[in-house]
Parts: sequence; C-alpha cells; structure tokens
Amino acid sequence: MLTNQIYLLFSAVLIALGLAAFFLARARASHLRMNGTAMVAQPDQYAWFSVLSTAGPALLAAALGAFVLLLLGADIPILYLLGASLAVAVIGLLVGLVQVRPDFHARQAIERVIHGILAAAALVSIVTTLGILISIVFEAVRFFQMQGFWDFITGTTWAPGNSFLAAAGRGAENASAAQFGSVPLFAGTFIITLIAMLVAIPVGLLAAIYMAEFAPARVRNLAKPVLEVLAGIPTVVYGFFAAITVAPIIVDVAGFFGLEASFNNALAPGIVMGIMIIPFISSLSDDVINAVPDSMRQGSLALGMTKAETIASVVLPAATPGIISASLLAVSRALGETMIVVMAAGMRPNLTANPLEDMTTVTVRIVAALTGDQEFESAETLSAFALGLVLFVVTLALNMVSVIMIRRFREKYRTNDL
Amino acid sequence: MSQSFDEITAQLRNRHRKSAWLKWVSMGALALAASFLVMFIADMLVKGLPAFQQAQIQVEVSYSERSQEMPPAAVSEDVHRLVSRGFLRTLPRRMRDNPDLMGVTRLEWVLADSAVDQYLKGNHSALKESQRPVIDELAKQGRAELKFNTRFFTSGDSKMPELAGIAAAAMGTVMTLIVTMLVCFPIGVMTAVYLEEFAYDNWLTRTIEININNLAAIPSILFGLLGLAIYINFFGVPRSTPLVGGLTLALMTLPVIIITTRTALRSVPDAIRQAAFGVGCSRWQVVRDHVLPVSLPGILTGSIIGMAQAMGETAPLIIIGMVAFIPDVSVSFTDAATVMPAQIFTWAGEPDRAFVEKTAGGILVLLAVLISLNATAVWMRKKFERRW
Repeated sequence: MLTNQIYLLFSAVLIALGLAAFFLARARASHLRMNGTAMVAQPDQYAWFSVLSTAGPALLAAALGAFVLLLLGADIPILYLLGASLAVAVIGLLVGLVQVRPDFHARQAIERVIHGILAAAALVSIVTTLGILISIVFEAVRFFQMQGFWDFITGTTWAPGNSFLAAAGRGAENASAAQFGSVPLFAGTFIITLIAMLVAIPVGLLAAIYMAEFAPARVRNLAKPVLEVLAGIPTVVYGFFAAITVAPIIVDVAGFFGLEASFNNALAPGIVMGIMIIPFISSLSDDVINAVPDSMRQGSLALGMTKAETIASVVLPAATPGIISASLLAVSRALGETMIVVMAAGMRPNLTANPLEDMTTVTVRIVAALTGDQEFESAETLSAFALGLVLFVVTLALNMVSVIMIRRFREKYRTNDL
Repeated sequence: MSQSFDEITAQLRNRHRKSAWLKWVSMGALALAASFLVMFIADMLVKGLPAFQQAQIQVEVSYSERSQEMPPAAVSEDVHRLVSRGFLRTLPRRMRDNPDLMGVTRLEWVLADSAVDQYLKGNHSALKESQRPVIDELAKQGRAELKFNTRFFTSGDSKMPELAGIAAAAMGTVMTLIVTMLVCFPIGVMTAVYLEEFAYDNWLTRTIEININNLAAIPSILFGLLGLAIYINFFGVPRSTPLVGGLTLALMTLPVIIITTRTALRSVPDAIRQAAFGVGCSRWQVVRDHVLPVSLPGILTGSIIGMAQAMGETAPLIIIGMVAFIPDVSVSFTDAATVMPAQIFTWAGEPDRAFVEKTAGGILVLLAVLISLNATAVWMRKKFERRW
C-alpha cells in the first residue's frame, strides 16, 4: 500500500471514530436527561468531550511515535504506528462514553483541554526559534571543526576553491587549499548597508518630519499608503530593478565623470535597498515623532521658537532614542536582505572601499554555497550555516537593543503625561 | 546691547525663512520617495508590457511524411528559421493526434522565433541581416504581427523565450500558499487567542511574546536554512516541493498573523466579554461565540497581509530548491514546483535579452496580484472597522 493511501485511510478512520464518539455520547447524554436525571453539562458538551478524548490522544500518540521513530532511526513500518494510534482512539472513545455521567463536568474538562491545545500552539514559535538556532549552530559547529573559527573571523581571503572535491574524497587533486576568511564578506555587507542607510535615513526621516509636523491631514492620509506600497514590493522585484535599470545608469554616470564602474557595483544594490527601507524608517519615525507630547511643542512655540527651531531643538532630540532604534532595525533588515544583493551585487569577495567596484555579501555567499552541486558535507556548503549563525547573532543583537531602547523611550513619555 | 527694530525683523525673517526651508526640504523628501515609486512602476511597465504581446507569422505549413521525419521541412526554406523551434517540434505530435492533417498544406498563423519578436518590437535582435527584409516584407503584407500572448498565461517555463509562461509558477504559488495558510492560520490564531484571552502573565508567556517579536525580525534567508536543515535533511520532506516551501513560509508568516490577530482581539471591548461571562459562559465559550466572530474581519485582514508577504518571498525558497525549471503545470504537493518570485529570479538570470521583458512581465503580474491583495485588506479594514 502507498504511504499516501495509508495516511488517507488513517484520517478517514479517525474522522469516522470522532463522528461516532460525538453522536454516541450525545445520544447517551440526551437519553439520561430524558429520564429525568439532572446533569451538570449539556449533551453537546459531553459529545465534544468524547470527540476530544478520541482524537486527541490518538493524534498525540501518532505524532510522538513518529518523532521518536525518526530520532531513533528505528525501522518500524508506519502502518503499525498508525494502527496503534487508532487503537488508542478506540480506547479514548470508550473512556469518553463511560464519562457521560450526570456528575461529570464535561464543560470544564473541555476548557482544560482547549487551554492545553492553545498553549501548545503558542509554543510553536519557541520551537521555531529553537529550531533555527539548533539547525544553524549544529551545522556551523561542523564547519568550525573543519575550518578554524579564528581563521573564519579574521581571514581576509574567501576562496572556497575546490573544497567540494575534498569532501568527495579527491582532495589530492586540487593544489590550492580552500580559505574561508569572512572579513571581505562582512566588509561588503557593511558597505552596501552603509549606502542603503545613507539613502534611507535622510529621506525617510525628513519624510516622517513632513508627515508628522507639516503635512495637512489629506496629504498624510494619502502618503502613508503610497509609501506602504513601496514596502510591499517583493525584494526579487527590487533586485531586478537594481540589476537591470539602476546599475547601467550608475555605470553611465560614472563614465561621464571619467570613473570606471563595474556592472555589479555595490552602489546599485545599496541605493535600491535604501529605497526599499525608506517606508520602514518613515513609518517608525512618524510614530515616534507623534509620540512626543504636544505640551513640549507648545512650550517651545510659546517661547517664540519657530516651527523649524522647535523641531530641531525640541521634538527631534526628544525622539532621538526612537529614531535610533528605528534605524537599528533598518540596519538589521539591510544586513539580512538577500534578493537585491544576490541579483545586483557581485559574486567576487573583494576587500575594497570603492562602491563602484563589485563586492559580495554574506547573504550572497549563503545562497551561492547552497545552490551549487557540491555535497552537503563539504566545507563550502557548511560555511553557509556559519555565515548564517553570525548573521543571526548580529541581527538578534541589533533587534534586542532597538526594542529595549524604544520601550524606554515610550515609558519615559508615559510618566511625563501624568 | 539693544537691537533696532530693523535688526530684529531681519533676524525674525531669517528664522522664518529657515523654517520654510525645512518644510520644503522635508516635503521634497516625501516627494522623492513617491517619485521613486512612480519611476519604478513606470520602468516596469515600459519593460514588461511588451511581454504580453508575441510575434506571430503567417506561413504555409505542409503536413507530410517528410515533415513527420524532419519538422523544419514543413515550412519553406526561407522562413523556417523565423518560425519558433518550439512550434516545429510539436508538428509530428499534431500529425499523430490528428491523422486527417496528413498531406494537407495550408496557411497558418504560427509562433515566430524570439529574434523575430524582438525585431518587430524594435529591440536589439539576433536576427540575421539577410532575414530582416523577409520579415519586413511579411509585415508589409500583414503576415507578421504582434498578437496577444496567451501562452504567457497558460504554459510553464521554457528555455525558448517565445514559449515561456508563468502558469506553472502561478500554480506552484497557489499550492505553496495553500500549505502556508493551512499551517500558519490555525496555529497563529490559536497562539494569539492563548496570549490574549487565556494566558496568565508569567515567564512562559513573556518568553513567547519576546520570541514572536524576534521571529518577526529574523532575516528571511535564515528560515531557508531552517527548512533545509530540519525539514529536508532531518524529516526527509522532498526538496523543491510546495509542501516544504509552504511549511517554511508558514513559520515566517506566523509572527505576522499572531501580531495582527492580537491587535484584532485587543480591539474587542471588555464589556462584551463581561456580558458573556455574566450569563455563565466559560472562557472558551466567550472566545468562540463572542470574541472571535467580532474580531474575524481584523484577523482576516492580517492574514491577507501575511499571505501577500509570503507570496513575494524568494530568499528562503531558493535555499530549499524552489528555483526548479518547471516546464509543465503540476498539481501535486510533493512534486517539484516553482513560485512566481522564484520564476522571476530564474528569468532574470537568463542571458537571452528576450527574457528581460518576460521577467518584467512576470513582475507586472505579481505586482498586480499583490496590490489587489493589499487593496482588499485595506478595503476590508475600512468596511469592517467598528468604533465601540
């Protein structure tokens, strides 16, 4: 029998058992009540309790069993496992029916079960984070066993070379040893992020100042959704825009000034990434500026300050922690951004400060390492996880700092309002 | 030291000028951001609209034994390089399927080669100098023209630009999003209900909350690493399939759904809960019969936005192999598939210039879907917004 059919049959039988539990328990409860017994719960509640007691333990048993089998790698056919869990379902059905007693608080029991299910759902997010951490750390450790951690952090040459041959047992054939020094990748990432921030922060912040302090409500109501369109454009589209439209323009402009630019220059992805981040900065800064209490503006204006002076010396300094934290969030976005750099930045690790040259980033190398044909066990493939780990740690730290800062900022003004 | 009125007025004027200057500069910044959007959309339209048209030429096709063996012989020598090789390849099959065709010679509109297509659209074309007069002549007779490109919407990917279409990718997107929706909608709503309605304030719930915010800010490519290491390498889910793609995107979309659902639940006034508790409902009954129905539009709005985000996501899908070359539309959750953004990425990497317009055409379709999804969400928010 095909595995698909087994699963189909399993679900069909389980659903049938559940329906049987529902109708049998309800019939039993209605019958009892009809005979004049006072019951603490409604027949439907007994029915639902039976359904839960039938399907819940069975599904739990199947899931646990599958997980344990997978972990131990035991070779027990899936058929037995599902058969066993159906047996659990039948037992659950009988238990459910026996529980249809006048003094059984079916509603409270359902309540407890549902509370448990909801809590389990909430744990999924924790499991996901743990999953990311475990999967990345686990593979990264394997990488660091092959390549030194210190070389990875401080090396200035990234040349995976033919490390995939070594993994295939043909290491002797390649003369040059693979080198995994991540400094050029992080330098490239940093420069592209810097360019993006140079575009996004001034434009985004000024746009937020206009929307919060100057704009009439009509303009504001129009501008916000328009900027949100900018935020909703998929990154692959920005990548295409950067590679096909912006990069040639930059090459032409650089040529006009007598400079030579590569078609994979770092400026194009940087600028386009900046455009992508503008709405992010502007909407967060807008919130922060709006959160500055009006009494501060009134005080400043009452002293005879002009609007610009009020903004520059009262509103913005008050909003600075929030603006910085928005910028940090934007930096963490730019560090992790993949599609734009994959499509528009170069593939060559290049340690330079000239944005007209091509350079590569961490995310580009992750994609490159995992889309090749090499063995999964090779150092190059595993290097993606090492890079991912650093990316994870850095973005997590940035996010934490900015979340804490914005919370402090909010709290500060909450007390002032009193 | 005292100042004269004139000095003070001049100073004041200067300060007001500075104030006006800030206003104009900040307005300029907003206009700049908006003009980026306009420029961007105009650029995509200019590059992408030609993709919806494809050159066809009218040639004499002779169905014979000889063309069964050697399809290029079905059309005359001077045009057989102008006709799409993809069309010629289907000839033997057409003859087999329809034996009546044998021995017939007739004028037909057939798909032209992409070089002809690019030439007719006035782009740089690989067409040989000797062939240009032939096409010019055909065009003058009205036998070569640009027609609406239905293939673009009905066929899968192809290495020949004139045959390539987005149908396979669209189907893959739909199936991937179905998996994403089935996984993350129930879990997301359940998590939000737990945190808003059931949970006590203890370390566990605080950890979950911090976690959700962190998940929302993790770079998307790391979810691809998770999918690769856990789903594919550990659980053995087949690579490149809508199943693994959907599962990966679900984890990414989960925080969005949880956060928006919590906002929706929080906007339900406590009076409704108190009234329900007052008549003796249990907590779950309050949630099921009163809180959830009232907040459903808000939850759906958040889910639409989350789905739109998932739909545009590419980076994690590249990692788990969803950039496969898919020429046929498949409808199975465990077959290799590709999605719209991944298809765009693949086309963007094709060296053939004719693929540039295909890429931009695909982008236009994707943007149209995304903008209409977001517009639906905004419309729903407006329509169902309630002030208590």
